[in-house]
Amino acid sequence: MLRFIVRRLALMIPVLVGLSILLFVWVRALPGDPARAMLGERATPEAIDQINKIYGFKEPVFGQYFTYVGRLLHGDFGASTRDGRSVVSTFFEQFPATIELAVAALLFAVALGIPLGFWAGRRIGGWVDNLVVSGSLLGVVTPVFFLAILLKLVFADWLGWLPTSRRQDARIEATHVTNFYVLDGVITREWDASWDAIVHLILPAVALGTIPLAIIVRITRASVAEVMSEDYVRTAVSKGLPPQIVSRRHILRNAMLPVITTIGLWTGLLLSGAVLTESVFEWNGIGRYLFLAIGQRDYPVLQGYILFIALIYSLVNLAVDVSYGVIDPRVRVS
Amino acid sequence: MTLPLDPVLADLAADPDEAEAGTSLWRAAWRRLRRNPVAIIGALLVLAFVLVAVFAPAIAPYPENSHQWADEVTLTSVPGPRDGNLLGLDRYGSDLFSQLVYGARQSLVVGVVSTALGLLAGALLGLLAGGVGRKTDTAVMRVVDLMLSVPSLLLAVSVVAVLGQNRYSVMIAIAAAQVPIFARLLRGSMLGQSKSDYVLAATSLGLRRRTIVLGHVLPNSLGPTIVQATLNLATAIIEVAALSFLGLGEADPAVAEWGRMLVAAQDRFNEAPQLALWPGFAIAVSALGFTLLGEAMREALDPKGQR
Amino acid sequence: MTYRSLRYPRLTAVAAVAALVVVAGCADSKRDTGSGSGGTGASGGTFVFAGSADPVTLDPFFASDGESFRPARQIFEGLVGTKPGTADPAPLLATSWQTAQDGLSTTFELQSGVKFQDGTDFNADAACWNFDRWYNTPPGIGQTEDQSYYWISLFKGFAKGDLTDSVYKSCTVDGDNKITVALTQPFAGFVAALSLPSFSMQSPTAIKKWGATGQDDPSQSEYATAHPTGTGPFVFQSWDKGNQITLTRNENYWGEKALVDEVRIVPIAEPKARADALLNGEIDGFDLVGPADISRLQDAGFQIANRPAFNILYLGINQAVKPLDDIRVRQAIAYAIDKEAVINASMPEGTKPALEFVPDSVNGYTPDVKTYDYDPAKAKDLLAQAGAQNLTIQFNYPTDVTRPYMPSPGDTFNAIRSELEAVGINVKPQADRWDPDYLDRIQGGKDHGIHLLGWTGDYNDTDNFLGVFFGRKSNEWGFENQKLFDALTKARGIPVVSDQTPVYQKINQQVMDFLPGIPIASPVPSLAFDPKVKGYVPSPVQDEPWNLVSVQ
Repeated sequence: MLRFIVRRLALMIPVLVGLSILLFVWVRALPGDPARAMLGERATPEAIDQINKIYGFKEPVFGQYFTYVGRLLHGDFGASTRDGRSVVSTFFEQFPATIELAVAALLFAVALGIPLGFWAGRRIGGWVDNLVVSGSLLGVVTPVFFLAILLKLVFADWLGWLPTSRRQDARIEATHVTNFYVLDGVITREWDASWDAIVHLILPAVALGTIPLAIIVRITRASVAEVMSEDYVRTAVSKGLPPQIVSRRHILRNAMLPVITTIGLWTGLLLSGAVLTESVFEWNGIGRYLFLAIGQRDYPVLQGYILFIALIYSLVNLAVDVSYGVIDPRVRVS
Repeated sequence: MTLPLDPVLADLAADPDEAEAGTSLWRAAWRRLRRNPVAIIGALLVLAFVLVAVFAPAIAPYPENSHQWADEVTLTSVPGPRDGNLLGLDRYGSDLFSQLVYGARQSLVVGVVSTALGLLAGALLGLLAGGVGRKTDTAVMRVVDLMLSVPSLLLAVSVVAVLGQNRYSVMIAIAAAQVPIFARLLRGSMLGQSKSDYVLAATSLGLRRRTIVLGHVLPNSLGPTIVQATLNLATAIIEVAALSFLGLGEADPAVAEWGRMLVAAQDRFNEAPQLALWPGFAIAVSALGFTLLGEAMREALDPKGQR
Repeated sequence: MTYRSLRYPRLTAVAAVAALVVVAGCADSKRDTGSGSGGTGASGGTFVFAGSADPVTLDPFFASDGESFRPARQIFEGLVGTKPGTADPAPLLATSWQTAQDGLSTTFELQSGVKFQDGTDFNADAACWNFDRWYNTPPGIGQTEDQSYYWISLFKGFAKGDLTDSVYKSCTVDGDNKITVALTQPFAGFVAALSLPSFSMQSPTAIKKWGATGQDDPSQSEYATAHPTGTGPFVFQSWDKGNQITLTRNENYWGEKALVDEVRIVPIAEPKARADALLNGEIDGFDLVGPADISRLQDAGFQIANRPAFNILYLGINQAVKPLDDIRVRQAIAYAIDKEAVINASMPEGTKPALEFVPDSVNGYTPDVKTYDYDPAKAKDLLAQAGAQNLTIQFNYPTDVTRPYMPSPGDTFNAIRSELEAVGINVKPQADRWDPDYLDRIQGGKDHGIHLLGWTGDYNDTDNFLGVFFGRKSNEWGFENQKLFDALTKARGIPVVSDQTPVYQKINQQVMDFLPGIPIASPVPSLAFDPKVKGYVPSPVQDEPWNLVSVQ
């Protein structure tokens, strides 16, 4: 197992180096001038030339790349050309926001999806099953942004229950220790701050979690149905074991495998795929910042953020593969 | 935004036993499909969508993007349903119903073209990886992995940045996101089947590699590929709207495109929620049609799913 | 691992969404509407205000964007302020000033007894130290227009670096509270320019302690992000980047002390989200109200305050594209546009159509220019005369942006497009994302036809509009009109404002005869407030100190 992990980690290095070169060339191949984006409508040709000179944007790409890598080795990912802030510090400020949202979305999906799928899968074709399956289909085909608009309309505009933007009310006195706002409130005992952060999480988490929810429901349902028909479950039932115990001991545990794989897969996608949700709800996370950066041709942010995301994505995948082996001894990675 | 490659399909494509069943499998699949009410509902939705798209000029009471009532739309009011305008006006003063009808055309064209492009490029890559040799396989699959690790949205944004804001760059952007899916599907299929009995038999008979690939392996991958393409059409329709939503679609704000209509409706939500609701439902319903049809087709092709 | 889906059951009526309702329904976001407790002043409380983005820096010298200036206006003050509600210069930290006949030096009498928020004295030494600091900005990032934009565009150069021809010469201390600033050439707008937040007086002690050293980015120094120190009514407290800035009352403020204990400035990008936040009580007020939200807010009992418009939206015409170089075609376009209708479709109530390229509060404004009142018949005639009946032109407009002068570009585009089509001009729409694609296309290249763009004025100076647009040959307009370029250069060099004004009025007439583009309107930027907010005085140049604002 350890050898497997080490080998996978070693494999990541060439991939990340390759990605960094590709990224570097790619962002510079995009039409549009970062200097003009920095200056806006007041740009004069002289000012653009001056910025290009000072920032070195017009140097040969290879020279620029080596300078960049040299700084990377010292942990310096550069600073945003848009707001001047260090890429590393903004990433670590915003990353907790993205994780918090992804975790909330996943919690929503799992907490609702597994019971629903389980319930539906035990009686395929029953009315519960029909209802659950139809609902999950709707979840898959509704565009995230449309769902977000609907949620805002109903829960903010009509009912006035929930806020539509940001992570916390500006009036709340909150100390941010970790930048996971819910956690921060717990650590500092500012319970109202935690509660307020949760309230702000609900709509974005539901919007982001709906597609994973639909998928988790369907996979749970299918796995449960398959396990139900296996011999050992039939045996257990015919032995007269109480149905709850059969559920817990046999069905649920065996049905969990595919579900966990899917959750792992989606964790990666949730991290990078939250761009739309973060934009719509003005969630101060990495997805939204990345989207702003591409509009501004903010080279250092684009390069740094995508590298970070790729790294995290690979680590999550590795973790999933490892935990897979841990959960089910039958499946040992070779 | 992109749904990952469906594991069931991947298995199906790679599983030599199932592919071996040959024509009888097809016939059985077709029989199952016809009996499945889900398939029928899906097919009807798809059919309706295609008909509306093709006969849009006959169905829509007004020309596309006419904005002929532009002066009646103000910052605070958008006329709702009334005589002559079944659903009222859109934000730019065109007939909302006509815009929705023409929007179907737009979605269908972009969806079909982009899926076809993605399929073509993905199939080529997949065949290359699975059909030539070990080294090519590794190289191609590394490229595919890289394509998967860059968020598809950023890919789309850069395509639009290079090619400008128009429907062609949208098509290419969506196609690009589909390439890795098809590539993996076909590669898996090639590798899986190359171990099957009939390929071994064909090889021992001295048939040329290309003949085997084109004559046996490819036709047997057809089913899963068609299913994946149908499912991808649903994704493509949603993605067109998503790109428009992010301001990357058509150049004309008043164009009959569902995603565009949704965006335009956003800041008029309180006065005229219908502007967002109709195009939103249109996107969901057409995506639903392709999804149902695709799911049903997959089940029909996968006899083990039958109980 | 394999798993297989099961046969799908029949579709049934779908209502699984109900589950979502239950989850969301648990969370009722009733929040404490009130303000912090225990105000010591007359009114107390917290004033929460939303802008559209986070500031870039809190050192206003290295900023040029409105969101960075918003907190700067509360923390800092300059020698010169503005008369409330106007763009005209007024005494602030300088009580009076005297410009020499030749326009080459100005003497300022300073307010006495003023202290910076760190307890050090504001006096002649500190004032001159600030001028010298600006002039001696080290070469590097700090000398780009991205940062020291206003110094570069007004004073042209620095002591060292690529830009050396500085308008600024020196600052001499003439006593405890008197300084003389000498210039190398006359600059009529000098005093007015000092009302810009960039030229605020900052504490020398604090900058020496926390400021950037060497090649570091001065806009991101410890000083500029965590220790900005001025003389203004509010003291910097904290900046949670991307989330909020907190300022507290300056108890030792030399002027009228602030009524509220604390202010918080939060960024909310979407106009509609700002309106939602105000409606549900998260904030007390916000800037840049979306035109579509105004009536919704008013109906709910919220206050709308309009800033006097100090901007201009125009339809630019690229004369590098034929036949747009034909004056008759440009006139036809002008006659084809019904500005009132465009305003109704896309701008807030109270917006007036524009006659020329400066708003009416600018010195060089004159109502006496050639006007092109809506006349589609005449437009068709002119097109026929020019032999351009079957004209097709590219019409460029930006997406994903709102500017104070352009609250809803898509709607403006659509309204003008309909009118152009009505006189037989075929319009080919071309949209680009604002940053940087749109600006790249319009200002960086020749491939554009007619386009929407505009400008928000910084201070009362005609050159700040006309000079920016027509001071030289540019890709945006694509014309070569040496007479106009020369006239603008000459006008800029006139040392006294009163002599400058008639010259600029002439130039405005000249511009409207030449018709390089069509000025559309000066949209009224609006602010919205909770009914309990009192004492907010909108300013055309956003010089809005909040010391008189109360929230009870």
